[in-house]
Amino acid sequence: MRRVPLLILCLLALSGCASSSTWGWYVIDPTTSQGMTNIRFLIGGMGQTILISVIAAAISIFLGLVIALPALSERRGVRLINRIYVEFIRSIPLLPMLFWVFYGLPIVFKSMGLNVPIDPFWGAIITLALSDSAFTAEIYRAGIQSIARGQTEAAQTIGLNYVQTMRYVILPQAIRRILPPLANQFIYIVKMSAFASVIGMQELTRRANELVVTEYRPLEIYTLLILEYLVLVLIISAGVRWLERRMGSDERT
Amino acid sequence: MPNAAIEMIGVNKWFGDFHVLKDIDLTVGEGERVVICGPSGSGKSTVVRCINRLESHQKGTIRVDDTELTDARGSIDAIRSEVGMVFQQFNLFPHLTVMQNLTLGPMKARGLSRAEAEERARKYLARVRIPEQAEKRPGQLSGGQQQRVAIARSLCMEPKVLLFDEPTSALDPEMISEVLDVMVELAEEGMTMIVVTHEMGFARKVADQMVFMDAGEIVETGPPSEFFAAPRSARCREFLSKILQH
Repeated sequence: MRRVPLLILCLLALSGCASSSTWGWYVIDPTTSQGMTNIRFLIGGMGQTILISVIAAAISIFLGLVIALPALSERRGVRLINRIYVEFIRSIPLLPMLFWVFYGLPIVFKSMGLNVPIDPFWGAIITLALSDSAFTAEIYRAGIQSIARGQTEAAQTIGLNYVQTMRYVILPQAIRRILPPLANQFIYIVKMSAFASVIGMQELTRRANELVVTEYRPLEIYTLLILEYLVLVLIISAGVRWLERRMGSDERT
Repeated sequence: MPNAAIEMIGVNKWFGDFHVLKDIDLTVGEGERVVICGPSGSGKSTVVRCINRLESHQKGTIRVDDTELTDARGSIDAIRSEVGMVFQQFNLFPHLTVMQNLTLGPMKARGLSRAEAEERARKYLARVRIPEQAEKRPGQLSGGQQQRVAIARSLCMEPKVLLFDEPTSALDPEMISEVLDVMVELAEEGMTMIVVTHEMGFARKVADQMVFMDAGEIVETGPPSEFFAAPRSARCREFLSKILQH
């Protein structure tokens, strides 16, 4: 099943080659120097896409855990903190949040007497991490709650405190269940990082847009763009499966 | 009567509107073995779980070794450090080896070095007669072996009191005796124990005091000789006739 989209793309490409009036592959023809330059320019955005995705995911994985823990409290007031954060952040579409962070947040900082400029790079990372953290928090919560209550009780009876119980007993068991959906979220971040193009991040999508403006070949260039994301996501998927095997997430318990 | 290891005075607990424990008075002396029995839902597990604050009580006093159990973190920690617990479902940590299950508490909660903790773990594994299973995971052991590891895990904390919450109820019949044998040995060594169980043979052998509970109340207490021969209350007689007829 995973080969189907590839197959469709191949067919599109072949039919395109046949009738040169609709397709103009010369813009990204690696045998010509101009084509090669264009390809280099497009793929050159890969580093930025990967970098903002990885940093945003790292922040989100940490932040998500911090947000998830209050949800497990026995006190309603503490649980409420989690609920408000998750419901609020989860309901903001990514693009408006990006605008708010990039154009609005510096004004908030300024009013507080802080001079913190937010460049496109950090604007994108903050937005992606914040937006994603609400989802990772829910993943953590579900994973931790799936560990039987008796595990916490046993940990308490051998004198472990809250942090030790989480660190040595609950999280190591939960992480095996959490990893697959967390990896899913990482793929989501990689794709959502395309929004960073609108605030001027030189990542994959921005570069494709810029090339389209000069070359007038949207079909070919955006096709290559899609393939770039496809390759990126397939590499991540393979990495995740390797990690799952190593941590035993693929085993049934 | 030796010093009281555990004292419960007028303990009451509600789950919402449901009155699970009604004026529980129970004193367990040092080195004493108390067996609690009663029909399911009678509150016997809740009594045990209140002693180490897995459940909180709303009224009354619980003292362990003269430390009163309150909401204060210090009081809860102090009491848990003296009270070990063995669960019906074992509750071993499945991602750790037997050895790691046993050394986790001593190393993290008591600050023992790995070498000290492992030495202690080997001692108690030998005591529950499974020294050869140290490197296995709980999932690779039989139920009886798992419960013996759970007992060893509690012993590694060197508690003054051990609580057993239906320790053999989740076991296949042929594995019950290997767990009970270990418990009898502990009793003979003078461990203070509160055991919730339906194993009346075990109760006769080791109990100093029998407690019968029904509907959240302690209905009857007494030494096993009187308790089994001549139960005073009708509810207790009925219960015993049901579980002893086979």
